[in-house]
Amino acid sequence: MLLRENWNDTGQGFHPVSAPDYLPAAQLRELQLRRLKAVVERAYEHVALFRERMNERDLTPARIESLSDVSRLPFTVKTDLRDTYPFGLFASPMSEIVRLHASSGTTGKPIVVAYTQEDIQVWSSVMLRTFAAAGIHRGDIVQNAYGYGLFTGGLGAHYGLEAIGATVVPASGGNTDRQVMLLRDFGVTAICSTPSYFLHLIERAHDLGVDLRDLPLRAGIFGAEPWSTAMRDRIEKDSGIKAYDIYGLSEIIGPGVGSECSAQDGLHLFEDHFYPEIIDPATGEVLADGEEGELVLTTLSKRAMPMIRYRTRDITRIITEPCSCGRTIRRIQRIGRRSDDMFIIRGVNVFPSQIESALLAVEGALPHYRIVLKRERGLDQIHVEIEVGPEIFSDKVSAMEEMHDRLAHSIERITGLRVAVHLVEPHSLPRSEGKAKRVWDERNDG
Amino acid sequence: MKVSQISTFIENRPGRLHAACEALSAAGVNIHTLSLADTSEFGILRLIVADPLAGKNALEKAGYVARLTDVVAVEVPDDAGGLTNLLAKTDQAGLGIEYMYAFSTTVGARAIVIIRFTDPDRAIEELQKRGINVIEAVRLLKS
Repeated sequence: MLLRENWNDTGQGFHPVSAPDYLPAAQLRELQLRRLKAVVERAYEHVALFRERMNERDLTPARIESLSDVSRLPFTVKTDLRDTYPFGLFASPMSEIVRLHASSGTTGKPIVVAYTQEDIQVWSSVMLRTFAAAGIHRGDIVQNAYGYGLFTGGLGAHYGLEAIGATVVPASGGNTDRQVMLLRDFGVTAICSTPSYFLHLIERAHDLGVDLRDLPLRAGIFGAEPWSTAMRDRIEKDSGIKAYDIYGLSEIIGPGVGSECSAQDGLHLFEDHFYPEIIDPATGEVLADGEEGELVLTTLSKRAMPMIRYRTRDITRIITEPCSCGRTIRRIQRIGRRSDDMFIIRGVNVFPSQIESALLAVEGALPHYRIVLKRERGLDQIHVEIEVGPEIFSDKVSAMEEMHDRLAHSIERITGLRVAVHLVEPHSLPRSEGKAKRVWDERNDG
Repeated sequence: MKVSQISTFIENRPGRLHAACEALSAAGVNIHTLSLADTSEFGILRLIVADPLAGKNALEKAGYVARLTDVVAVEVPDDAGGLTNLLAKTDQAGLGIEYMYAFSTTVGARAIVIIRFTDPDRAIEELQKRGINVIEAVRLLKS
């Protein structure tokens, strides 16, 4: 009876599985501490790398007596997963592991992650909470355009959607024309994908004569890559939906680490399962709540592959002020940049998100662009290729040249660097169907 | 009175102009005249065609960005001084010209000048006042 209700942010009450979102702080901290002790013990007992690092510091699990003791534990980094490829960080025997996922391994060996049946249940529950926060409920038809397969996005979202009782359309990534057809013909009410893929979908739908604003589609649950607020505004304007940001990473669980609610003002972290810290990426020192730094996460209930103080490389801050939605779990600011997405050119640190906001600051500029780094006569150069859409196209050469200069000046103003801007035809830049690739570093060739 | 012109963005890459024209011919859109403005990196192709809307749709379907702009088509005698006389009058009227291109017709000794005025409505009024033959879309396209 209870489950027939449409539990979501727009109705009354909340889905029973979302109850931890509203725990009183004291109770939440108590739960976190109990789980922290258990996970440290488990990792110490079953994961050689973690045990060795603890021993090097003369630490034993018994020394973890309060939540602030987390900062005494050693960090785990991405290369630890590669160095122990494939199964070196597993804390459960294969007989208890029911699922493996792996990264695409764009920079060398892939990383492999594992789940027990309990882990899958936790994952489904945090994804349910994610969708509930975005107002998804039983009766919704949700097109899941995250890739199904080794990538955690597709199946992670799928299990959460089934758990909440929505109707899942497991479209997976790619085949954009068919995605548009499904959206229209099935009366899809919500979609999950990367934000850049959804922008591509809006564009393709337009070419096919389908205006997404005329469809029942009302919400998008977007994640797996950093995207700017300006990009969100554009998505919401061009498709008539509410675009929710979600956060997650395979090393921790996949999608489902954090999620926006109806307030769309920061992402609630599912703190009962993932303990957050913000550190100075250079020194590793823990920063106070509210300060910006690198997000470090400890999985409090993972069994197959506990992660202790995993350095996410994502730059954010913890928001402690209560949220208007009523959830008590804390929020993180939307991830605008990653500490490893940054590129250094002529000694200056540049984030792709800076270039994106510079492009969007120029009225009407489309966010289809790519950054190409080249070495020309020994000098590093940034080339920014920008597609000319209907908003910035003019039949007058002078107007186009003026637009070109405005774009270049806008980037120079924000990054402090001279860039070569190239206006290119629409649809001419490579499109991603998974995570968007923004930076093409061709400097090694020179 | 105004004539609808298609303009489209063409990158300076081999085959792009060809592909744009191919999109128009595949859609059965006949080109009456055109002009290509070029810079070092891109060009802007402007076209006067039989069916501007069909032409714009065909280009967009082929992935080009295209727009329709109002231009003014003016008939002048196809002899020395024909264009000079016209420009003297646009100057007198203080009309701003963004760009222009022209073609000769087979009908009598006439040429047609396509002009992108800053303010096409005022241009039509001023030119007609000065006895210049501004031609209508229909007549132009039949010539």
